[in-house]
Amino acid sequence: MFDDIQHRLSDALGRFKVRGKLTEANMQEGLRAVRTALLEADVNYEVVQRFMKRVTEKAAGQALIKSVRPDQQIVKIVHDELIELMGEGDPHIRFEKAGPTVIMLCGLQGSGKTTTCGKLARRMLGLGRKPLMVAADLQRPAAIEQLKVLGQQLDIPVHAEDPEGTDPVEVCRRGVSQAEKLGRDTVILDTAGRLHVDDELMDQLKKIEKKVRPHQVYFVCDALTGQDAVASAGAFNAALELDGVIMTKLDGDARGGAALSVRQVTGVPIKFVGMGEKLERLDPFDPQRIVGQMLGMGDIVGLVEAAKDAVDEEEARRQQERMAKGKFDLDDFRKQIVTMKKMGSVKDLMGKIPGMNQMGSMLEGVDADAEVKRIQGIIDSMTPEERRDPHKIDISRRRRIAAGAGVEPQDVSGLVKQFDAMAAMVKSMSQMSMMDRVRMLSGLGKAGAFNPGALLKTPKQGTGKRLTPKERERQKRLREKEARRIQKEMREKRKGGPNP
Amino acid sequence: MAFKDLLDRFKHGLAKTARLFDVRSWFGRKVDQDFLDELEAKLIRADVGVKATQILIDRVREAYADKTADEDLLAFLKAEMKALLQDPQAGALAKAPTNPTVILIAGVNGSGKTTSIAKLAQRLKDQGNSILLGACDTFRAAAADQLAIWAERSGADMVRGNAGADPASVAHDACDRALARKVDYLIVDTAGRLHTQTHLMRELEKVRGIISRKIEGAPHESLLVLDATNGQNAIQQARIFSKSIACSGVILTKLDGTAKGGVVVAVRQQTDLPVKFVGVGEGIDDLQPFDPDAFVESLFS
Ligand SMILES: Nc1nc2c(ncn2[C@@H]2O[C@H](COP(=O)(O)OP(=O)(O)OP(=O)(O)O)[C@@H](O)[C@H]2O)c(=O)[nH]1
Ligand SMILES: Nc1nc2c(ncn2[C@@H]2O[C@H](COP(=O)(O)OP(=O)(O)OP(=O)(O)O)[C@@H](O)[C@H]2O)c(=O)[nH]1
Ligand SMILES: [Mg+2]
Ligand SMILES: [Mg+2]
Repeated sequence: MFDDIQHRLSDALGRFKVRGKLTEANMQEGLRAVRTALLEADVNYEVVQRFMKRVTEKAAGQALIKSVRPDQQIVKIVHDELIELMGEGDPHIRFEKAGPTVIMLCGLQGSGKTTTCGKLARRMLGLGRKPLMVAADLQRPAAIEQLKVLGQQLDIPVHAEDPEGTDPVEVCRRGVSQAEKLGRDTVILDTAGRLHVDDELMDQLKKIEKKVRPHQVYFVCDALTGQDAVASAGAFNAALELDGVIMTKLDGDARGGAALSVRQVTGVPIKFVGMGEKLERLDPFDPQRIVGQMLGMGDIVGLVEAAKDAVDEEEARRQQERMAKGKFDLDDFRKQIVTMKKMGSVKDLMGKIPGMNQMGSMLEGVDADAEVKRIQGIIDSMTPEERRDPHKIDISRRRRIAAGAGVEPQDVSGLVKQFDAMAAMVKSMSQMSMMDRVRMLSGLGKAGAFNPGALLKTPKQGTGKRLTPKERERQKRLREKEARRIQKEMREKRKGGPNP
Repeated sequence: MAFKDLLDRFKHGLAKTARLFDVRSWFGRKVDQDFLDELEAKLIRADVGVKATQILIDRVREAYADKTADEDLLAFLKAEMKALLQDPQAGALAKAPTNPTVILIAGVNGSGKTTSIAKLAQRLKDQGNSILLGACDTFRAAAADQLAIWAERSGADMVRGNAGADPASVAHDACDRALARKVDYLIVDTAGRLHTQTHLMRELEKVRGIISRKIEGAPHESLLVLDATNGQNAIQQARIFSKSIACSGVILTKLDGTAKGGVVVAVRQQTDLPVKFVGVGEGIDDLQPFDPDAFVESLFS
């Protein structure tokens, strides 16, 4: 975890000999790296300044812990402090005992209000509620139509009126009475996007609030937002007294620093995050995850996302069971390769795993995708029996397989050997939570041990000469050592308490 | 330097807001670390970003180390930035030798693609051109309906497919119609997508592929729509969209808010993509050719 920042910090601190205690002086460079990371994550400048002051005060004077490196210690302090500032996730919505609960969504243009309206309604359905959506955006072309389509998809009613001769306040008011009439217990108001400096439109929102009295007002904030997040969120909060924030578009590689800015300036909890365009992609807010993302491991999330899209759930479950039983074989491995290919090219994938980034340069001169194809070719040349039990592969089988796949016999044995190391790990992974797996993946990314990519032929060096067998052996040992270390860490973590 | 020259130089900014006074308070100060920190703060608050800001600051530091920061310094910095942001084709769009000229529009979700297309169509129409719109966003609810309303308002023709249809097939039909009618411009709308969604980026490449197969030299412009409220992520957007569809320029939307859109400075430094137009409102006329001078002044205001 914290690969990116960890890397930079150890760089910054490496030039210092930090001994005994953390002091403002010996942390200076390290803290500067933290500051840069936060600014690059789009945390607001003032928020960063305040945060750095806080962290410096907190860290200065702390004795160095022997078992960890100073950079790790600083990252830990920074991380904990960020988690605290982000506040708890709170996905609960308070429902009124009598009459429909009215929720109003507001925000800047294009932040994702209408989509989030549909997502919330879908969530309500899951809670056994009976939602109704109100199309109060009379401004944007086809905004009403957009909400109606979502209503149809979810099979829930939408209150809409002809924009001619009505106004949003009236639409909302009649929407609520319509809900009462239809026996719907939750009303979600989709309002038009507006700029926080547009007085007329902000007044209109205030008027809706005054006349319709929504029980909850949520600000829908685009996770891609930069420094301006404090200005807009602050203004909406001042006008409406927000009850919560929903961050959208967190499914990409945005570092999401706006979350911290918005939280700081409004003080209200972030309730949900939008993780995609589809209506089921609304997750409860997880401070741990967003802090990780802010500190530079966001791509991992993207990777998991890509995996989600490509993986056949049923097949994944089946493999999971097989892994747990230690039955994972080369057939399963081949299926994983096929899945991985669906997620994109190896280079793309590598780019998404912190730590693997650096491997990108190692891969210069190697066509990674061709290599994966080669591995697949080797497996394809095996009999079903050999795939189930690769240890059966003796010299003559090895030759046959190599000939079939057009590779050297030692390539076949190399694959079998590394498969062993991987199978053991895969087994322990099957018992972890998703987040642990991601962490492990990122840790191993560095070691290059878990990923079919790890089985790639060692890349050619600048001289064009391949690594000697001895060098290759050494690299492999390093990888396996790192894998064991991480496994051990994971085991200890599991013993230490319930999964996060 | 004469006082009048100075005034001329800062006319824009000075007229604009009293907040420039805190810039004026820099005059006569030494270029020390504090001073540079302040400069850094200004640029970062405008979303220019740490790296791009550092590059600019280093230039200032080199040129002015231990000299007094006079009015010259700010002019120097602004001139650097203006020069950087200058578009070699300054506001003009490419025109194909034979009709149609094809403009492909892409960008992340909600950045303002569809609205910008409406504005662009109106602008080109006003210049006497015939326009065809291709509604290749077949994914988002009512996306084609939205474009259809705009098409009607600007009097442009439009080709659409069914919801969920293959966007490439809509692009194909749009090209056919554009060729048959010999329209001046075909503008192609695409669904919003995050650049990390590999399969959607492939889909976009496919749309581009169809267009270039159907019409020689097309698309003649591939414009990336960036939201001025976006922070540093826009750099990655520019990089990956450019790689995917060889973008020729940027439309920077939502500059009518308080966001400065400074990230386009970093985008220009790192991808060389020029800003062509800016969006300054939700109306059909709210599109302006990018003016680097005004833009840079506003970064400091
Ligand atoms: N990737 C991704 N896209 C999203 C998410 N939420 C919304 N979108 C997309 O963002 C774009 C804008 O969403 P809308 O729901 O129309 O936004 P809005 O705030 O209602 O927009 P206006 O009403 O015009 O102000 C659409 O393309 C959505 O599909 C999300 O969590 N992830
Ligand atoms: N204030 C302001 N709003 C804008 C501007 N450009 C677009 N918008 C608004 O931003 C919202 C999103 O615009 P769209 O054109 O639908 O964006 P899009 O990129 O096509 O969205 P998707 O197709 O869903 O990805 C709408 O509410 C527009 O009215 C601008 O320059 N200024
Ligand atoms: Mg909307
Ligand atoms: Mg659109």
